[in-house]
Amino acid sequence: MLGVKRSDLPLDKDAHSRFLPWLIAFMVFLAVLAIGGILVLNATASRWDQGVGGTLTVQIAATEDAARDQNNLQEVLNVIAAQSGIERYIVIEEERMLALLEPWLGSAAEAGDLPLPKLIDVGLADEAQFDLKAFTRTLQLRVPEATVDDHRIWLQRLVNLIRTVELIALAVLVFIALATMGTVIFTTRTGLAVHKEAIEVLHLIGAQDSYIAGQFAGRAMMLGLKGGLIGLSLGLPALLAVGYLAESLEDAALPNLSFGIIEWAIFAAIPLSVAFLAMTTARSTVLRSLARML
Amino acid sequence: MPMLDGWRSRVALSEHYRGRRLLGRASYTLNEPQVPGLSKGNIARFENVGLRYGLGPEVLRDVTFSLDSGSFHFLVGESGAGKSSLLKLLYLALKPSRGLISLFGADIATTPRPQLPALRRQIGVVFQEFRLLEHLSTFDNVALPLRVAGVRESDVNRHVTELLEWVGLKDHMKSRPPTLSGGQQQRVSIARAVIARPKLLLADEPTGNVDDRMALRLMHLFEELNRLGTTIVVATHNMALVDSLGYPVMRLDAGDMSVVEGSGNKSAAREWRESRESAQSNTRAEAKAQARARRERMRAETDDADIDPPGIENFL
Repeated sequence: MLGVKRSDLPLDKDAHSRFLPWLIAFMVFLAVLAIGGILVLNATASRWDQGVGGTLTVQIAATEDAARDQNNLQEVLNVIAAQSGIERYIVIEEERMLALLEPWLGSAAEAGDLPLPKLIDVGLADEAQFDLKAFTRTLQLRVPEATVDDHRIWLQRLVNLIRTVELIALAVLVFIALATMGTVIFTTRTGLAVHKEAIEVLHLIGAQDSYIAGQFAGRAMMLGLKGGLIGLSLGLPALLAVGYLAESLEDAALPNLSFGIIEWAIFAAIPLSVAFLAMTTARSTVLRSLARML
Repeated sequence: MPMLDGWRSRVALSEHYRGRRLLGRASYTLNEPQVPGLSKGNIARFENVGLRYGLGPEVLRDVTFSLDSGSFHFLVGESGAGKSSLLKLLYLALKPSRGLISLFGADIATTPRPQLPALRRQIGVVFQEFRLLEHLSTFDNVALPLRVAGVRESDVNRHVTELLEWVGLKDHMKSRPPTLSGGQQQRVSIARAVIARPKLLLADEPTGNVDDRMALRLMHLFEELNRLGTTIVVATHNMALVDSLGYPVMRLDAGDMSVVEGSGNKSAAREWRESRESAQSNTRAEAKAQARARRERMRAETDDADIDPPGIENFL
């Protein structure tokens, strides 16, 4: 079954299967891009999720009275300190806020010119057990200017977007697999027609269907592996080129295209999966065809 | 597991060749109203078998016979009489449209498909057009039945080399069929049919492409196989061969089978051939004279042959 078996059929000389590796290579090229996209989006989604999950942001709107602002901040900090389930909290400094606002307001914006709200980044010990409503109510009773943002709505929309794109990429993978199977089925059927006479002789001298199917399967596996390796060798550089260009932009909002060992293992598995798919498709095609013989 | 230890039995071969006749081997139960149940010695049994292709007319009608183990039969009939169709039923290339076929004790209609290859491996077929795989060497062609049966490659090498040596093709082991002569291809075809020591050997017009002398030698090879226990059915047009060997004759006439018992003195087989010839001759006496002359000619030719051949190549 591993293709090392000596073949009784001259499948390696078939002209019609000569292009199969290239057709498979194109499919694998697309598959590599789709899988690369899925991996990147997955990593991005979980990075965002980890980044903002389990956190709250308490915002205290600025009033015109600086003393009141300071009082409000202290009051909020008191409430947070008294609240159980909070792991850590930090008041975001004005410099950092200005840095965050810089893309929108420009470097000219100065602290004194704008009524900046106070932001407190709160880390929760356990998001699931934290009673957000009670915390918000208590906070707003003490400081009406305080609002609580748990990022959930924003995060949910973002994750929905990523998951949808991932689903589309998965659908692309399924279509690629179906197209590969179709190509293998067509090639195998042509091979069955071309070698009808030899197959009949093998059948009549007592060859099991699996013996004949094994020869087609072994050949399809080798062609699939060859196509898979060609496709991978074309697809990976393309993906890495995109990654390199994205990295050179140094924009934190862009997804990170550096892969870990698991991702590399997935890419390495693509040619093997394609070879396996080609092998099983050819095998089942031949078995279905032979089942029509006595 | 095929064992070819008997292949080199030169003494037996020579003795057989000197004796040249193995008569009275076949027994028959043909066209009897009640076909005996499958006995231990039955290789094949047909009961009221009919065959039609698609919606066409029946090419075989109510064919009923059984083949005993170790028997030798000729199958004769005009072109289109159904000989090849009958052989195809015997080597499991076709299913009958009706009737019962039993091979080696298994009812073909109820035998699960995965078990049919095991039955086919007990049947050797010499096809009329040889049907050798042209991309494979002589060695690989002959090795096929062993390889599909899963025989170890070391055993395959040993058995195939031995048999090819025996049929005089040792120097052509790597040759491909298109480079071989008709006679050599025939020998490859026969070697492939017998390499796995089948219980039943079917030959469809095996003498169609060779001269009378070669045909008779070929028949002697089949007789030798028969002597070693293989049941043999030979479909042929060559009535001289049928006459000279005297085995029972299954005769197909437009899909109907009748049987002429092999009697050893070949009278029955000869009778049929002579009856055909008489239709073309003016008198029956003339037909008989022609038949007698042909027999004398065949006998003289075989008497000329080497009596102690170093290998089967002299036989063929």
